[in-house]
Parts: sequence; C-alpha cells; structure tokens
Amino acid sequence: MAMRTVLGVVVLLSAGPALAQQPAPLPLTKEPPGASSCSGCHGRSGGIPAIKAKSADEVAAAMLEYRAGQGSPTVMDRISRGFTEQEIRDIASWIVQPR
Amino acid sequence: MGGPTPNRRAVLKTCLLGASAAALAQPVFAQARPKVVVIGGGFAGATCARFLKRHGLDVALVERNRTYVSCPMSNAVVTGLRPMDGQKFGYDMIRAEGIAVIHEHAARIDPQARQVRLDNGTILQYDRLVLAPGIDMRFDALPGYDAAVAENVPHAWKAGPQTTLLQRQLEEMEDGGVVVMSVPPVPYRCPPGPYERASLIAHYLKTRKPKSKLIVLDAKDSFSKQRLFQNAWKELYPDTLEWVGLSQGGQVTAFEREGKTFVTDFERYKADVANVIPPQKAGAIAFAAQVTDRSGWCPIDPVTFESTLQPNIHVIGDSAIAGAMPKSAFSANAQAKVCAEAVAMLLEDGVPTSPKLINTCYSLVAPDYGISVAGVYAPAKGVLADIEGAGGVSPLDAPASVRATEARYAEAWFETVTAEVFG
Repeated sequence: MAMRTVLGVVVLLSAGPALAQQPAPLPLTKEPPGASSCSGCHGRSGGIPAIKAKSADEVAAAMLEYRAGQGSPTVMDRISRGFTEQEIRDIASWIVQPR
Repeated sequence: MGGPTPNRRAVLKTCLLGASAAALAQPVFAQARPKVVVIGGGFAGATCARFLKRHGLDVALVERNRTYVSCPMSNAVVTGLRPMDGQKFGYDMIRAEGIAVIHEHAARIDPQARQVRLDNGTILQYDRLVLAPGIDMRFDALPGYDAAVAENVPHAWKAGPQTTLLQRQLEEMEDGGVVVMSVPPVPYRCPPGPYERASLIAHYLKTRKPKSKLIVLDAKDSFSKQRLFQNAWKELYPDTLEWVGLSQGGQVTAFEREGKTFVTDFERYKADVANVIPPQKAGAIAFAAQVTDRSGWCPIDPVTFESTLQPNIHVIGDSAIAGAMPKSAFSANAQAKVCAEAVAMLLEDGVPTSPKLINTCYSLVAPDYGISVAGVYAPAKGVLADIEGAGGVSPLDAPASVRATEARYAEAWFETVTAEVFG
C-alpha cells in the first residue's frame, strides 16, 4: 500500500514540467516519519547490518520483533519502540526502494 | 584557485535572478529552478545540500574550508588510536553532483532581500537559505580562557589543528604528569563527548604513562550515559581518572595561563596538560542572520527547521535549538534530510508533514568497549520532543561481547555516515 503511494507520487512529479529533465528526483512527499534517518547507519558500506538486500517484509518483521523485546539487537530495540506498527511497515516499504 | 568558476556562475545566476524576478513567478523552471543556498559544509550542511539537489533544486554550498575535519572519532586521534587523515573529507563528490561548492566565507545575510554576501563581494540570491554553521567557542565565558590562550591550551572541540595540539601535548607529557580537563554546562556540542575523551585519555595514560593522572572538572552533576561511563571508569581506570562534579566543587571559575591552573571555588588544579572545553554558541553567521535568541542558539520550527525569527531561513545541526535532540553529527545528518524535504515541499507550495527523527551516539570507553545512547523525536508543543518509551542507553549489565560490538558499530557508523555526507 505504502509502495503504491510512493509510486503514485513519482508518476505525478515526472509529469510536471519542472522536473522533466532532472535525473531521478526523490519523491517530494511522504518520506514516512523517521525513514530518512536510517541511512545514517545502514548504508552501502558494511559494518552495521545492511538492509538494502532485504525485502520490506523482512525489515518490518525484524523491527517489530525488536520492538516486542525479542532478538538481540544493540540499539534497534530502543529505536523501534519510537514507532507504531504502521509506521514501521511504511518505513520498511520506503527504505527498500532504490534511490 | 579553482574558486572563480563557481563564483562567476553564481554571479551570473544572481544577475539573471535579479533581472527576471517577475518571470521567476511563472513556471519556466527548466532554466530557473528555485535556488537554495546552504552555508556550512559539515554533517548538517553537506548532507542537506546533497538531498536538496536530489529533490531537484538549484543548490549552492558555501563552506570556507576545502577540507572538512570531523569531530566524531577525533577523541581517538587525540589519544593516538586513529590517524588524523581518517578525519578529513573533501567536497569533490558533492561538486560532482552539480552543487556549486563555493569556498568562501559568508560575511553578511540580508533576510529581507534574501541575499548572502561573501567576503569576495559575490552576492548569492536565494529562495530559501539553510544555515548549518556549527558552533563557536564563547571565549568571553571563562575568565582567562580566550582565543589567544587556546593556541597553547587546546579546547580541541573543533577538529583540526586543535586536535593535533592536544595529541602532541599528551605525547610530550612525562609519565607522572597531571592532565586536567574542564567540561561546561549544557548545551554544548556532543553531550557525551567530554566523557569519551576522558575515557580515552585515561586509557592512553594507563597503557603508556601509568604514573599519570586525569582530573575532570565538571560544571554539572549529571551527564549523558553517566552510569555506563562511571561503571566503566571504576572497572578500567580506578587509579587514573578522577571526576569532580559540580556538587564536589567541579565548576571552574577561572583559568590561569601561567602555570596552567584551573581555579574553582574550593581549589586550584595545576595541569601539565590542560584541556578546556569552554561554553559554546551558534556559529557567527547565525548571529549575522539574526536567527539567534538570547541563549546564543537558534530557535526553529520543529517540522521544517525554519527559523522562528526570520522567514525563509532554516537552521540545522549544532546551532539549532532542537529540543530533546542532542547536538550530534547523527542528529545533524538526520535533521538535514528532513529539512531538505521540507524546503523542497515549501518551494512547491506544499505543506510539510510532521516528521520523526532518530539519533544514535556511540562513545568509546576503551578501544574495544563501546556504549550508545539512542532517541526518537517528533514535534510536540512547538519543539522536538522525546518519544516516550523509546530510546535510552546500552544495558548496564551487558557482557564484554556487546561492548565490543558497539565499539565496532561506532566505527561502522562513522564510515557509513561520512560516505553519505561526503563520499
């Protein structure tokens, strides 16, 4: 669902004259709350577990597990408790998109 | 050298913008996209410039220095655990994305005319301005400690020559020497930073100069990750590190250059190596832009990071009053991305939605012993507030393996975030 929203926005924007010649602009709207913070730790280089190779469902499942006090994360339990289940699903859908 | 090209381009753009202000209001965007100027090329400013560009905006990044020297991890440089070169980052990759990187000092800002004047006379016109100037030391706050004294008695709270100076003084100190460090009241850059530095200096002394001692004079009684730090100090550095809090007389009232002496209401502490971390304020350009309040920092709207004092100017990073968010590089990077989206939305006449932001700060207590604090924040009652039930520090009873993992993550975070910002 969240994915469809994001795609919809992209289509709308590309139709506008302003951005027609821009190289793949980010969707302007609706970064799910909190999502852009993730790349501070989870980037292309290793070290901290990467999330890019995972599916949205896997990411959401891991965060929900940590949020429930399961698993043995270091900081993701503390962080995932700052989000609702829906926010976690939205973030997961958003961060697995290529951009 | 190398500067003239972007400058000339910027001047041309200014002329164009000035000449065709009316035309700008029309959707002729292919040539004249909204223009955003970012001042300050640190974790906040450089991140913001990149994300603004990715949102399709015309971006100029004004940063005086050609090389950025990172404060995060610089405590490890001070204590010989990391090379200085690992702290240095350039702007080539940012420039390659089509951002006009201008290595000049921004001297003046005219919020009404929406203009930035650089030292070389160039005027940059903006639709929106993002200020990310970081901090300046308040050299008027502690009697006896001013900019001239700092050339011999480092604060090392901006990375660069100050970092190297403190490192060299520690290296040159004889075994049996006394290191004294003073810590200011909040707010200041990197709340757990002084305690990480104290830990790593203690580690250096214990392993290299075991007859030496570190005294930490603190203007407060409680601090970030306090129990974690103090438990570790008791375990690792019981004979090396002495912390003197406010209620034990830790507040320094003056510094005497002759004899490197810290003066408190109760005692005088003579140092062989002195490290004064003075009180701080927003970087100078924030004052020039009139976005600071009486605290010396910049009040902002927590959804857009727009100044509450000047329209069309956003403030991110250490100089902003970000409520519960600490002045950290992680916060700066997270704020920059949220701010970039808000600026892009506002320039399209959109309404930015309420964001959430994350912070995570790692501290090294020893090379293989890391601890962390994390938080999640959202706008509430006009400020960025902690989300209750989220965040907090590493467990007090974690095994050594967890401390080792967090030490590794400290370094991994640094590599990832600097790649996002500069790489």
